[in-house]
Amino acid sequence: MPRIIRNEQIVDDNWQVLTLAEGETPASVALPAEPVLLPLSVWLARRDEVVAAHRQLGVWLDSDQGPEELADDIDRLAVIGVNFPKFTDGRSYSTARLLRERYRYTGEIRALGDVLQDQLFYMRRCGIDAFALRADKDIEQALAGLRTFSDSYQAAVDQPQPFFRRRGAQEAA
Amino acid sequence: MYRYDRTDQQLIDERVKQYRGQIARHLAGELSEDELRPLRLQNGLYIQRHGPMLRIAIPYGMLASAQLRKLAEISRRYDRAVGHFTTRQNMQLNWPQFEETPEILAELASVEMHAVQTSGNCVRNITTDHFAGVAPDELEDPRPYCELLRQWSTFHPEFAFLPRKFKIAVNAAATDRAVIRAHDIGLDLVSDERGETGFRVFVGGGLGRTPILGKPIRDFLPRRHLLSYLDAILRLYNRYGRRDNMYKARIKILVQALGAEEFARQVEAEWAQLRDGETTVTDAEFARLADHFAPPAWLTLPAEEPAHAARLHTDKAFANWVRRCVHAHRTPGYAAVTLSLKAPGVNPGDITEQQMIAVADLADRFSFGELRVSHEQNVVLADVEQRDLYDVWQIARSHRLATANIGLLTDMICCPGGDLCALANARSLPIAAAVHDRFDNLDYLYDIGDISLNISGCMNSCGHHHVANIGILGVDKNNEEWYQITVGGQQGNAAAIGKVIGPSFYAQEVPEVIEALITVYLEQRTASERFIDTWQRLGVEPFKARAYAGRDRRRTAKVEPTEREVVNA
Repeated sequence: MPRIIRNEQIVDDNWQVLTLAEGETPASVALPAEPVLLPLSVWLARRDEVVAAHRQLGVWLDSDQGPEELADDIDRLAVIGVNFPKFTDGRSYSTARLLRERYRYTGEIRALGDVLQDQLFYMRRCGIDAFALRADKDIEQALAGLRTFSDSYQAAVDQPQPFFRRRGAQEAA
Repeated sequence: MYRYDRTDQQLIDERVKQYRGQIARHLAGELSEDELRPLRLQNGLYIQRHGPMLRIAIPYGMLASAQLRKLAEISRRYDRAVGHFTTRQNMQLNWPQFEETPEILAELASVEMHAVQTSGNCVRNITTDHFAGVAPDELEDPRPYCELLRQWSTFHPEFAFLPRKFKIAVNAAATDRAVIRAHDIGLDLVSDERGETGFRVFVGGGLGRTPILGKPIRDFLPRRHLLSYLDAILRLYNRYGRRDNMYKARIKILVQALGAEEFARQVEAEWAQLRDGETTVTDAEFARLADHFAPPAWLTLPAEEPAHAARLHTDKAFANWVRRCVHAHRTPGYAAVTLSLKAPGVNPGDITEQQMIAVADLADRFSFGELRVSHEQNVVLADVEQRDLYDVWQIARSHRLATANIGLLTDMICCPGGDLCALANARSLPIAAAVHDRFDNLDYLYDIGDISLNISGCMNSCGHHHVANIGILGVDKNNEEWYQITVGGQQGNAAAIGKVIGPSFYAQEVPEVIEALITVYLEQRTASERFIDTWQRLGVEPFKARAYAGRDRRRTAKVEPTEREVVNA
């Protein structure tokens, strides 16, 4: 079974990620058995059908798709995937933060795509708590990427207080 | 200046460890060149024409003497005993060994320095006025705000992979010396009618292929909101900036596409969701940062030192140096001194190991152990007593740091160009040398007076040619170096982008063309006019006519600039 990093642990995981192949349309594509992360287009086209058929719901957003698209569905989604087509495409960092901080999403946010050790720290700070590491990379080694820095200057999902609000206390300790 | 506390130091140490691991994984074949590239760039490491180039951060241009000594030591041990100051107030080493770069970063960390985010598609080094804290026309010291921004931008988790690089500059003086409108974000410190400090915010400026001056999107942003407001701007840019074409990826293109008004509206809408949260900066933090930049222990001195005045009368060379290289200070009896890195025969902005040590010694002896790097690629001693100026001059002169040409034609901003940079279309250093050769007479330079001449070896415009009175841009046509000339750009409050005067020139024509432009000015100027004033009064025609007079039009056919792949820019 595939393995992912979830909550800083390596775990088995059986979620599939559906992508539309050439010629397939959101309306016609065959839905795999659950659990499955659906492309946004499939979710929007066949929401009622999916909700009726699946107990656990999951959708993934590509880097050019915003969290606004899921505003009405947030509470029923168990997993939201955020895709990194290339690791240098940073849009999904904003998506993840918005899902957590603006839409108050509390389920799993999973990084998909070009997910590499050296970006895990920033991803985690933005509220991503599950990582489907790129298949050719060593997932055990990648775990270290979650702990690159012992602190951070900015407020983010993992630490809502910027360092300047904590600095005095820290230095006094 | 700012000193690290335990956490600041720890983060920089952890960065070195992270980078060391990345290089080790790369050398072990676990991290491909494509995967490493954005990581090494965010640690300042380029792969250039002859090998690696390491760009070291000098936050807002501030250096302690011990840090400069460390740079001297690094340049000797790991490079060719020379460093190069850049227009982002940073230092580049042009000949380090790839495998030794983790060691260099560790050395830097030992003196509270780093190379974080000096390249890559992220927020770059924050720049400001090199006379910060001492300029008579300053409203408030901008450096605490720069340091606030340094910390906010360092390892910002959401904005590490922007569509393109992102540059921020801060001005806090009546005269802008930080070219803020040539930046992605320009911050102009102002106070409102109640005396509260805030910023006028400009967005979407930039040089490069599409030079544009930043547009004001907010007249007054109270300082406590600075970070949340910048978060809003950066978030919009991160989400909606173009990623399909790297030449259209800067925020200026987004601002242009939406219009400044609509962009401002979207920023306000995003900011409405972010403001008044935990990122609102506390007064305690402003006070803490301001303490780091408290004025040094200036003495109570007479405004005019009689011995100094006497020297000015008796020593013409000293008087010339004072006229060009010594600047007003807010405290009586003190002056700021620019040590020129634009001596003839030297690459503009280059400083040798020996000079670094000499400057560090000068700073220790005469200027409270601190110095600054200017974006014009010179070094500034900000707090020199007037009565020490003669000694400073003599010592500086013995190290070739006292060329009296600041603000004159030979005080050129110049990128390393095709001799070193892999991006360049043409060489820039030989052009700078040729200008020096042609204009080697100081009296002639003084007669020409205030003027700026900047040189860039390619459209990336590292040499700021767009905002020079005379700008020179290297272009490539069929593997030949050509030079396009712009006139009429300027920095400061009346910042302007220069206009191309016509078809490009061969390298050997450039000095003659500059001389032709200067001659028009000398012939046509009124008593009080600078070059730029005469240009503005007369327009392009007389300058253009003289520049092209007698030239073979076939040779100077219009060149469309072509560019090499700008993978690293």
